[in-house]
Order: sequence, then structure tokens, then C-alpha cells
Amino acid sequence: MRIAAIALILRVLALALALPAPALAADPAPAAQGLDATLLARLADTETDTRLGAISALGESADPQAARVLQALGDSRLRATADGRMLVDTGDGRAADAATGRAMDLPRNAEPVIVNNRLRRAIAGALAGSQLFAADPAVRRAAAQRLAREGDAGRLPLIGRALDAERDESVRASLQVAQASLELKSDRPQVRRHAVELLGRTDNAAFRPMLAALALPRPDGAYAEPDAGVREAAAAAVRRIDRHLATVEWMGNLFYGLSLGSILLLAALGLAITFGLMGVINMAHGELLMIGAYVAYLVQLAFRRMFPAWTDWYVIAALPAAFLVAAALGMALERTIIRWLYGRPLETLLATWGISLMLMQGVRSLFGAQNVEVANPSWMSGGFAVMNGLVLTYNRVAIIVFALLVVFFVWLLLNHTRLGLFVRAITQNRRMADCVGVPTGRVDMLAFGLGSGIAGLAGVALSQLGNVGPDLGRAYLVDSFMVVVLGGVGQLAGTVVAALGLGGINKFLEPYAGAVMAKITVLVLIILFVQKRPQGLFAPRGRSAE
Amino acid sequence: MSGAAIPAGRPLDAYARKPLFSPAMWTGLSAAVVVLGSLPLLNLAFPAGHPLHVSAYAVALLGKFMCYALAALALDLVWGYAGILSLGHGLFFALGGYAHGMYLMRAIGRDGAYGSDLPDFMVFLDWKAYPWYWSFTEHFWYAMLLVVAVPGALAFVFGYFAFRSRIKGVYFSIITQALTFAAMLLFFRNDTGFGGNNGFTDFKRILGFDITAPETRAALYWVTLAALAGFLVAARAVTQSKLGRVLTAIRDSESRLRFIGYEPLGFKLFVWTLSAMMCGIAGALYVPQVGIINPGEMSTETSIEMVIWVATGGRGTLLGPIIGAGAVNGLKTWFTSVFPEFWLYALGLIFVLTTLFLPQGMVGLARRLAARRGEQA
Repeated sequence: MRIAAIALILRVLALALALPAPALAADPAPAAQGLDATLLARLADTETDTRLGAISALGESADPQAARVLQALGDSRLRATADGRMLVDTGDGRAADAATGRAMDLPRNAEPVIVNNRLRRAIAGALAGSQLFAADPAVRRAAAQRLAREGDAGRLPLIGRALDAERDESVRASLQVAQASLELKSDRPQVRRHAVELLGRTDNAAFRPMLAALALPRPDGAYAEPDAGVREAAAAAVRRIDRHLATVEWMGNLFYGLSLGSILLLAALGLAITFGLMGVINMAHGELLMIGAYVAYLVQLAFRRMFPAWTDWYVIAALPAAFLVAAALGMALERTIIRWLYGRPLETLLATWGISLMLMQGVRSLFGAQNVEVANPSWMSGGFAVMNGLVLTYNRVAIIVFALLVVFFVWLLLNHTRLGLFVRAITQNRRMADCVGVPTGRVDMLAFGLGSGIAGLAGVALSQLGNVGPDLGRAYLVDSFMVVVLGGVGQLAGTVVAALGLGGINKFLEPYAGAVMAKITVLVLIILFVQKRPQGLFAPRGRSAE
Repeated sequence: MSGAAIPAGRPLDAYARKPLFSPAMWTGLSAAVVVLGSLPLLNLAFPAGHPLHVSAYAVALLGKFMCYALAALALDLVWGYAGILSLGHGLFFALGGYAHGMYLMRAIGRDGAYGSDLPDFMVFLDWKAYPWYWSFTEHFWYAMLLVVAVPGALAFVFGYFAFRSRIKGVYFSIITQALTFAAMLLFFRNDTGFGGNNGFTDFKRILGFDITAPETRAALYWVTLAALAGFLVAARAVTQSKLGRVLTAIRDSESRLRFIGYEPLGFKLFVWTLSAMMCGIAGALYVPQVGIINPGEMSTETSIEMVIWVATGGRGTLLGPIIGAGAVNGLKTWFTSVFPEFWLYALGLIFVLTTLFLPQGMVGLARRLAARRGEQA
């Protein structure tokens, strides 16, 4: 036998030298060490038990070639030559050496290896085992799931070896389920207990039903699990998974709440400035957001056409562009229309609504009523997994950071520049500021420009999150008003707290009440809140009566 | 605060009872009612093609406009006289419409697409019985009670809390907008039990009469006309009364009124609730004539459009909002059939130009012109 094996190897080597290119080029790497030829020869033995032994031995091999041989055997494509070599018939008169996978011509004297049903069953089982080491992760995962279903506890060592070698997370999870579900069938309570603990430690929600079935009694009162210790461990594992899920959900809500809050903050910040300063509710504010988003779209188009290599950075260029466009538009509106309506806040509301209608229809005429496509730059797509089951997407993180930056700069502007000083003075007492020489007209215009410009910036941010269409602004209209009403005027802090608070409350209510009911609840809560504090969260205290 | 734009009220001679309208005005109003009222007769009496025939479309359109006019009249009572700008009158309008719609839906009986006792949308949701708030709505008079009671109760509760905490001006407007928005979201849900975003439609009959028959439509038209004329006189009576003067004082300087010793809460609450009820009635008259009610009536846009009817016609004039509702909606009908894409530009311009150049609306303009002519004469 040994001489035959050496001869075989020599012959294979010779073949390898003679044949220029191996046919099995699909995955060339794994055949390096080759399978044991004597083991393969036993597949064609006359004794069924010997053949069974060989099949199960192949099934436990970590070599992917073993799976191919087993597959061929099951498909009746395995052939044995007179000198005991095993070949896999690859069709068209070609074959591959079973041990090494080397391609060759199919010799005329190679006889098919016949399999019966008993062997076929063994092959199927063995295949699942050997496929644990296949190159394709999907095949490996399927094999693990099949093993879990078959429930043969004898496969545990094999799964253990596969787990040691496995690097793919999803396949690992499937393997762990298989391992644990096999261990759970063990008649030794310690093994079952170990399995339960193992599952609990994965913090994976997929195992929860399995564990809960062990911990809880069946409808007839009996337990599926006889051992109380194991039941207790299962209950603990369920609790552990639940705790983890709760944490993930909480963190997720916090993140999405923060994200929504920062969007609201961006949308409402400009509104709060103009409302605080002039007592003017700008109903066209939403349309300024929309225009900011369209500027982002145009800048993206320009980048694609002119600097295709820099397309990823168009967002950076869109920010100043959107700010300038929106600010210019805002200042123009202030000079031509809003200025004439000072002291008549309700009329201003109507006039700005008219402007918003025209802006919306204007954008519709220019760009069409459909949404336009604004792509996320590649550095903004994707996200990082903070913990098992929670992924923070880059675009949302970027917007949170951006919102904080904008707030910081607005704070800087309002509190550390001359313009900011004037704005605060007018917010507190317009007539007095006028009397001491603050150029209120010019400050109004600049402040309106600032508020509109911030809306433009917010529009760029929104373009990265959702659809960009003529109706974009309307979606944020009521929400940003609510932020202003809740936050009160004349205080940056009020707006920040109101926006983040509203975002958070909304997201934390959603799982219980559903998105629509959460929104309704929040609106009703605001209406109730305003009963208590009509001037908002941080109303400046004063003695003046209107 | 916005008093500058409003014509100064008459001197406070509280003991002199003035007639509601001048004789000329009475004549004019009666003539208008007669002319408007004769239109459905012309539709019924003369066959199509006859020079005196008025098309069913025109009658239906005018009927619809009169419902809008009633809503505008209601809005003028609170905005024009008490200075409360509501951006939520679409809600009261829609609530009235839904209340009547509940009756109309039940009057369909088994003639729906599924032949069930329940409305089609409930069959679609696999509901087996009416929810509790639908009870008794098969009775017309109960539904009519709801038409007034639901908007009235909502306005009363909301107004009580809002006025008590002295929410006014822009804040009040925004809060009413939020309330309407919340209600719209609620009514868009299928589970709310009002047909989701399709709302109520496919009505068959009202009080046993075929709802599409020209005679039924004429009757609905006359009821609407009567309601509009009646409420115009009633609103005039309210605004001419002592209570109306207090309302005007609230509008012009609420703080001063309070310092004098009046508590504005009751006055504002009264006119606010009355206005909501009127709006509910307008909605209830609107639904059978238009044949559909859905949550779109509660959208932000609808409510603000109502305000512009009032502003265009002339706030604080009662007659102005009626004219404004007719004019703006007539323009809208014309634009949407001839230049649909330009309607929003036109509407936007109306908003801007009215607020900038016509602070007292068309009626104010007419009065100014008349006054100038009087000076010259």
C-alpha cells in the first residue's frame, strides 16, 4: 500500500510537471497538502463498514477537497482505477485526481464507484461536516445550520475545530448555535449548562427563543429541560440577552434621538434668531431649507461635470454656497417685503407664507416636481458598529457634529462680535437699542440673512439624510416652529435644549406608540407645556407688559 | 399691536342701539340672496342649451364657495374682531364635515362595494362592528348635533387653556397650527376609524333623498345660502353688541382692557367657540355637496388659505371675507383650469400684495375710494 501511495504521489508530481495548467483553477490554494490516498481507496472497498468509516473520516477533514470528493461520490462521479487511484469525473473525458485535485484525462479503465442508500445518507451527513471548511462563507453557514438541524451530538468536536478556524462573524454565530443546540441534546447536565451559558454570553437575540423555551414551562406545565440548574442558567441567559437588547435599544434611541434633535436644531436655529429679533415668524423658512438642499444638488452636479475626482468633497463646497444663496435670498426678502410689515407679526406670517408658495412653485418649475438625486459622498456612507446590534451611520454622526459646530459658531457670533451685541440688544429692547444708536434696520437685514443662511446650511445637511424635493421644507415647518415655541426666544440654550429634547422624546416614544402617535403625543405635550410656560423654556424675566 | 391697520371703532355710545345694517345694505343683501337663490331654479327649470340655463357645475361650484364663505365669516369673527389669528380653522371645518360624513356613510347602507352594513373601509380593515364613537350616527339629528358639538367642545377646551395662560399673537397661531397638524396625522391613520387618507366618499343619499339628484343639490344649496345669510346677520348682531365692542377692544389693546378691569377670557372663549361651531357647520354643508371629506382638509395649507380669503376681502368687515372667499376661489378655479402651474405663484402674490398694499382688503379699498369721492363731491 505504502509503495503504491508513493508511486501515486510521484505520478501526480510528474503529471503536475507535464501538464501546463491545472484545470481546477477555481480555487487553487486548498489542495496543497492533499488527501490521504489510502483513505480514499477505502471508499471503493468491498466492505460497507469500511466505506462508511472512510466517508465519516472524510467528513471530518478540514480540507475543502474532501467535500468535493464526497459530493462526487454522492453524484456517482467518483471513479476508481485498477491500481487503486480515485478520480473525480469532471465530464468531457477529463477527471481530477481525488487526492490532490489535479486535472487529467479520464483513463479508460476507471470504474464508477457504486453507492447504495445507506452510503448516501452517510455522505449527506459527512458533506455537512466537510462543508464547514468550504471557501464560500454562505456554504459554511448553510452547513452549520444543517448540522444544528440534524442534531447529531457526535459532530461536536468537528464544530469545535470549525469554530477555531472560523473568522467570519455570521458563520461563527451559526456555528455557535449549532454547537449549543447539539450540546443541549447531551444527556450530561453540565454540558447542557455550558451550552446555555455560552449562548447567553453571545448577547445575540437570535438565541433568545431557544433559551426561553428551556427556562419556561410548556403549556402543560412540564419543563422541556429536566435539570433545574440548567433551567436557571437558561433563565439567567435570557435575562442577560434581554438586558443587552434593552441597552442596545436605549443606545439606539439615544443616538437616533440625538440625530433627530440635531436636525431639528439646524432647521429651527435660524428661525429662532429671526423670531427672537423681530418677532417675525418666517413661514418661508422651510423653503430656505429646501433651497439649501437644492444648492447641494447643483454643487454636486457641478463637481461631477468639472472635477469628477473631487466629487466626494462636494458637500464641503456646498456648505458656503448654500449659506450665501440662502442668506442673499433672505436679505432680499427682508429688504423688499418683511421690512414693511414690522409691528404686524400676523401679516408678516401671511406674507412669508405667500413667499414660500412662490419659492416652492419656482423650484418645481425649474427642477420638476420629482425629487432630485443627491448622493452621499463615500466617506459618509457606512457606519461603525458600537456594539452587537447597533450601527451608527456616518451621515448621522456627521450631522450631529455639524449641528454642534453650527451652534458653536452662532454662539460665537452672537456673544463675541459687535453684530451679535447689536442683535442681542434689539432682541431685548428694540426701541432702547434704536435710541442709543444701534442701526436697527441694518442689523435686522444682517440677522435675517444669518438666520436664512443657517437654514441653507441645514438644507445641505438634510440633503444627506433624505429626499430632496420641492416639499422638503414643509416637512420640517411645524417641527421647527415647535422648537421655537418650546425654546423661547432670545436664548440659544433654549433652542438647543428644546430641539434635542423634542428629538429624544420623539424617538423614545416611538417604540411604544408608533411614529405617528409619538408625534401627536409630542405635539399635545407641547400644547400642554405652553400652558405652563407661555414664553418657552428659558423665558427672560422682565416686568414689561405688551 | 396690529391695531394700526384697523379702522377706528365707532365712539363708545353704549346706550344707542344701532340698526344691524343700513337700509341700503339690507336691500343689497336681500337682492344678493334672491339672485343667488334663483340660480338652482334656473338650473332646474330650463333644459341644457337654453340661454337662461345655469349649469349644474356652476351651481355646485357656488354652493362650495358659499361653504368656504361661511368658514371665512367664522374666521373673521375671531381674527377681524378679537385679533385671534387661527391657523387651525381647517380642523373645525373638517370635524364638522366628518361628523356629517359619519351619517352619510351610514346612509349608504348595503349599497357599498362589499354590500356590508359597515362602510367599505371598515370591511377592508376587517372590523366587525362600529367603534363606540360611531354610535347613534345613523340618526341625522344626532350627527347634526355632533357637527356643532365636536368643533365647539374642542375649541372650548383648547381655547380655555390657551386664553387662560394668555397665549396670543403669533404663539397662538402656531399652536393652532400644531393642533391641526396633529389632528391631520391622527386622521391619516387607518386605525382612527375615519377611513384613513381616503376619508369618506361615495355617499348615496341624505335623509332618504338621492344625493346626486339635481333637486337634492338645489336643496343643499339653499340650505347653505340660508345658513350663510343667517350667520352673516348673527355675526353682525354679535359684533354690533356691547360684547362685540369688548372684542374689538381686546383686539386693539388687550392689556389696557385688562387694566380697566375686564377679564378677556370669557369674551375670547365665547367668540372662539362660536367661530369653531360656525366653521363646523360650513364643513357639514360642504361634504354632501362636494361628495368627499379627507384629512387633506386639515392640512396647514388649507387653514392658511382660509386666512387669505379673509385678508383679501377685508378683515373685520364680515362682508369682506364672504367676497374674498368667492374671489380667491373663483380665481383658483379659473387658474387651475387654464394655467394650473401658475396658480401657486398667483396665490403667493395675493398673500404678499394683500398684506403689503391692501391691509383692509377689498372692502377697505372700496371704502377708501368711496370716502375720497365723498371728499371731492
